[in-house]
Amino acid sequence: MTRREEDVPAEGGVVAEVARMTEEERERHEAEIAEVVAPDREIEVEIGQTLLEMRDVTLRFGGLTALDSVSFDLRRGEILGLIGPNGAGKTTCFNAMTGVYRPTSGRVLLAGRPLARLSRHRITQLGIARTFQNIRLFGEMTALENVVVGADARHRTSLLGALLRLPRHHREEREAVARAMALLEFVGIADRAADKAKNLPYGYQRRLEIARALATEPKLLCLDEPAAGFNPAEKEELMGLIRRIRSDGYTILLIEHDMRLVMGVTDRIVVLEFGRKIAEGRPAEISQDPAVIAAYLGVSDDDAA
Amino acid sequence: MSLRERWNALSRPAQWAVLLPVVALVYFLPVLDPPVIATTGTDFPTAMFDVARYALVAVGLNVVVGQAGLLDLGYVGFFAVGAYVTALFTSPSSSLHKLPFLWTLPLAMVVTMIFGVILGTPTLRLRGDYLAIVTLGFGEIIRLLADNVDPLRGQRGFERVGADNAGQPLFTHATQWYWLTVTIIIAVLLLVGNLERSRVGRAWVAIREDEDVAEIMGVPTYKFKIWAFVMGAAIGGLSGALYAGKLGFVNNQSFDVVTSMLFLAAVVLGGAGNKVGVLLGAAVVAYLPMRFVQIAKYNYLIFGLALIILMIFRPQGLLGARQHLLAYGRQAYQRLIGRGDQISGDSALAPEKTGGRS
Repeated sequence: MTRREEDVPAEGGVVAEVARMTEEERERHEAEIAEVVAPDREIEVEIGQTLLEMRDVTLRFGGLTALDSVSFDLRRGEILGLIGPNGAGKTTCFNAMTGVYRPTSGRVLLAGRPLARLSRHRITQLGIARTFQNIRLFGEMTALENVVVGADARHRTSLLGALLRLPRHHREEREAVARAMALLEFVGIADRAADKAKNLPYGYQRRLEIARALATEPKLLCLDEPAAGFNPAEKEELMGLIRRIRSDGYTILLIEHDMRLVMGVTDRIVVLEFGRKIAEGRPAEISQDPAVIAAYLGVSDDDAA
Repeated sequence: MSLRERWNALSRPAQWAVLLPVVALVYFLPVLDPPVIATTGTDFPTAMFDVARYALVAVGLNVVVGQAGLLDLGYVGFFAVGAYVTALFTSPSSSLHKLPFLWTLPLAMVVTMIFGVILGTPTLRLRGDYLAIVTLGFGEIIRLLADNVDPLRGQRGFERVGADNAGQPLFTHATQWYWLTVTIIIAVLLLVGNLERSRVGRAWVAIREDEDVAEIMGVPTYKFKIWAFVMGAAIGGLSGALYAGKLGFVNNQSFDVVTSMLFLAAVVLGGAGNKVGVLLGAAVVAYLPMRFVQIAKYNYLIFGLALIILMIFRPQGLLGARQHLLAYGRQAYQRLIGRGDQISGDSALAPEKTGGRS
């Protein structure tokens, strides 16, 4: 044991560097990060055109109809909110999109391509990424490794290539680590990159999920209640992050209970109740919609809380 | 600071400087024949070969159980296939064309890999306990085939396995067999290490952690599970082939379920997922019964109790799993936070536990 811990600089690295930067330097640094976070992707769909279509999607579990012929569009570049009282079918809708459940009938199309028969990892590779309502990270991996697993969705190193460390392996590894670091900085948790995911604070875990999903280079990012358990200040921060993700060229589908957050950040909202779509429109319209108010305030229900 | 953190804080050359003498010591153990650890029943080099053989098996099984998290209770089946391939192609008792012993090593690996695919393709759609039961069945099927298929010669077995045309075995001294095996272990460790710090290793750990999420994050889980099975099978087969060559005799008596359990015990005892840990576990499982022959008949009782106690007090095994999953992780962490490595989960520096707010 020749070297001790003190030989390793305790202070230093990118995080400390950023803290020392001037305003101007920091802006440039952030621009560099944004460059890596949103790589040039070929998306067949023009901005404003339909990216994802839900066509009469019905999902039954035995006698229970979880989704009842739900249809809506997601346009490229928008933030669409998906809201509804508890048990309305929001997460089921997500699961139908990402291939976790197969719709009983109806179709889901991404950029015009039906997703029905594709395996879940293929759907991710085609460009849908998601986070989970109940955080599901790879707990034993570090934050950085979690994000690199997401980036691996785009990698093509074969088993043999990894075994013999062929050039592609080296290139992809280097790129993946660089991109994963940039993503951690982007969501603001780079200082804990080396910690196991299970040891991160709650808010960090939520943001790590977003970074991991972004690492798969999605066309559509689905966030399932990303603000659950956040205090108002954290929610504010999250709204900023969601806006920044969108301005980097991502399309976002957002499930959220917090009305202020949904109203504040989304372009359009789809409202579900008992598996049916009861309204769709701009936030201002939705907040005035009698059906929505009835669903949320109800007659005898306390769902509005 | 724990030993592991100290180790991780060392630079690569410094790590090699520590490792090389250790490796040299490992190589020369049978020659030194140190008095305290020398075995009484078996001669020491033979005992050391057995330890090395178990270590190789444990490294292979660790890929399946430790890395990918697939509980395989029939691993001895692959070991048996490897041994029988070597026996069939080298023993005069077999009517097949004779090959030089060393050629049968890669051949045994290829054949066991094929068996890995055959077993994996239908069964890896199963998970957890169901997979364990099916693999248990696989191990039994291989053993029963050895019992009942005539060309495999049942209990009569194959003689002079690994002998060349002149009827001589490859090595006559157990020490030489030990050296060959240790060299192979080192090569396998390097290759498995390459896999670990790559997309493949990350996919395996992701599958172990949460298979559904791994799939949703774009990991072709089915494919990578089969790869884990196939890699594990190849290493098991290699170990079986070495065993057959060293012993010079193969019959149906050494491939029972209990051997599978011992292999698994080595992995779990040492620390599933940790390469160094499973080597240690294998050494314990293989060496102790040979060192303390007077208690050897209580072997399974003692291992059983040891495992129970271990599961209560240290469920992660003697050395808990801590894999490095990035080829450029060291540099990345250094650059990002000015620290060479992650804080381990049980260190005092570890941040607060999560939860409580969900």
